[in-house]
Amino acid sequence: MAIEVRDVNKSFGTTPVLRDVSIDVKSGSLTALLGPSGGGKSTLLRVIAGLEQPDTGTVRISGVDATRLSPQRRNVGFVFQHYAAFKHLTVFRNVAFGLEIRKRPKDEIRKRVMELLELVHLEQMADRYPSQLSGGQRQRMALARALAVEPEVLLLDEPFGALDAQVRKELRTWLRRLHDEVHVTTVFVTHDQEEAIEVADTIVVLADGEVKQVGSPAEVYDNPADPFVMRFLGPVTEIGGNLVRPHDIEISAGPVEGGTAATVSRVVRLGFEVRVELTVEGRDAWVQVTRGFAEQLALTPGDVVNVRPAPGARSLTLAAV
Amino acid sequence: MAKHGLRVIAIAYLFFLLVLPVGLIVWRTFGDGLGPFVEALTSASAVHAFQVTLTVALWAVAANTVFGIGTAILLVRHNFPGKRLLNALIDLPMAVSPVVVGLALILVYGKFAPVGGLLESWGVQVIFSTPGMVLATVFVALPLVVRAVVPVLEELGDEQEQAAHTLGASRLQTFLRITLPGIRWALAYGVVLCLARSLGEYGAVAVVSGRLVDQTQTLTLFVEERFQNFDQPAAFAAATALALIAVITLLLTKFLRPKG
Repeated sequence: MAIEVRDVNKSFGTTPVLRDVSIDVKSGSLTALLGPSGGGKSTLLRVIAGLEQPDTGTVRISGVDATRLSPQRRNVGFVFQHYAAFKHLTVFRNVAFGLEIRKRPKDEIRKRVMELLELVHLEQMADRYPSQLSGGQRQRMALARALAVEPEVLLLDEPFGALDAQVRKELRTWLRRLHDEVHVTTVFVTHDQEEAIEVADTIVVLADGEVKQVGSPAEVYDNPADPFVMRFLGPVTEIGGNLVRPHDIEISAGPVEGGTAATVSRVVRLGFEVRVELTVEGRDAWVQVTRGFAEQLALTPGDVVNVRPAPGARSLTLAAV
Repeated sequence: MAKHGLRVIAIAYLFFLLVLPVGLIVWRTFGDGLGPFVEALTSASAVHAFQVTLTVALWAVAANTVFGIGTAILLVRHNFPGKRLLNALIDLPMAVSPVVVGLALILVYGKFAPVGGLLESWGVQVIFSTPGMVLATVFVALPLVVRAVVPVLEELGDEQEQAAHTLGASRLQTFLRITLPGIRWALAYGVVLCLARSLGEYGAVAVVSGRLVDQTQTLTLFVEERFQNFDQPAAFAAATALALIAVITLLLTKFLRPKG
């Protein structure tokens, strides 16, 4: 294991932020800490980096107990949401910082920094200052800077949070490819479930300071541990007291086995998808179908149809309120 | 019309308060050409006063720079009981009259006071000597560096420092490589202000120095003493020199203000 966190508790004042958190991060994996804001995921990342001290519990990095080690001695790479670029240093000197601190020979530093700048596609920007870079470029510089010291683990705190949607998507794909090239154990924090599913190979869902579920993106999406995880990982709707993914519901014109009668209240076309809003047993629900399917059934508001979960669909029974 | 009226009032106000008096000093100084000016400033007493002023100002600036950076970091980056009290105390020298500061220092460090007496027995004379003048100057110029650095340090945030730590930098390395360059312009601004204040200080220094001619006489004290003794050319020449130094520091602060 690259990182083993055991029974970590942490409070800020009287507010508990982490409660008995234990996670394992496999060497060479790309793990997402996913959860709503205020759920404790950034704090957990900072505890791993040594930027926060846990009240109780231990953190082991590459088998070594790092709980009382200062960040300086943990050999982790940390990337901040707002880049934390050294504003008075050029891109080259930013990336070289960790190597200069380690007093590596000048030639070696130059070679390594230029390699990294190539890796993050900033080789043309070596002599610029951070203020002359775009947000995406600054974040890639911060990544190269963290990688320069060959860290045991790379920790990214909402790395794309401050970027606009377009750049976010590009960087996501790019981070995945970078990880496939570099293979450094990576943990990143995000509140965006799409980002976690797309990039990570393991997802840790954190909420209210507790680990709710750990698994591959497919596992947490298809077999959520509880309604909270199911809601957080993707769209859900409620039919017959069950929480179901809207794309896992079948609509048919006539009665079917296990079906429930529903009244169509609205049909919204979203390009290829069609969102059918229904009233089932007096409650609002919605179903996601393809455009072809909607046209075939000629669904219009007021129609009475039958709905049921598709065979093999995962659903969660909600506790009766 | 109201706009013109305001302008006239503002200009007249500044003219009678600032331009006329300073202008007259310069005019009086150079009224008989450069010769008397140079002569007055190169007299033994004037040169000595210059040296005393410089010595006192440099020590005071050095002390306030170290204290200023340390206190600013303490106030911005740390939480501790009594932080608000410290924050308020730092501004105290701005509110207290320098004469009071001088008297207070004599009460503590004078020959017949407990602390002063002890130091005297070790051979260190504070009052009526350079250490006392440095103390007085440090006191009156205390807040200038702190107040210049604090807002910039706040704006800088601590993420860059944390990033440096995770990259393996020690506290000292982080301070020298990240924090100090981040606050350099604000620090320079504060130091220049502190220097200007130290060079021009009169009240507190007048009390603790004992005004011993050719011993503890600073340039400001020299001006006053020469004027009292009807040596107007020397008084005006030294005053002009002080004014020139003020103008230079003013220009320096203007130059330093747009940070980076």
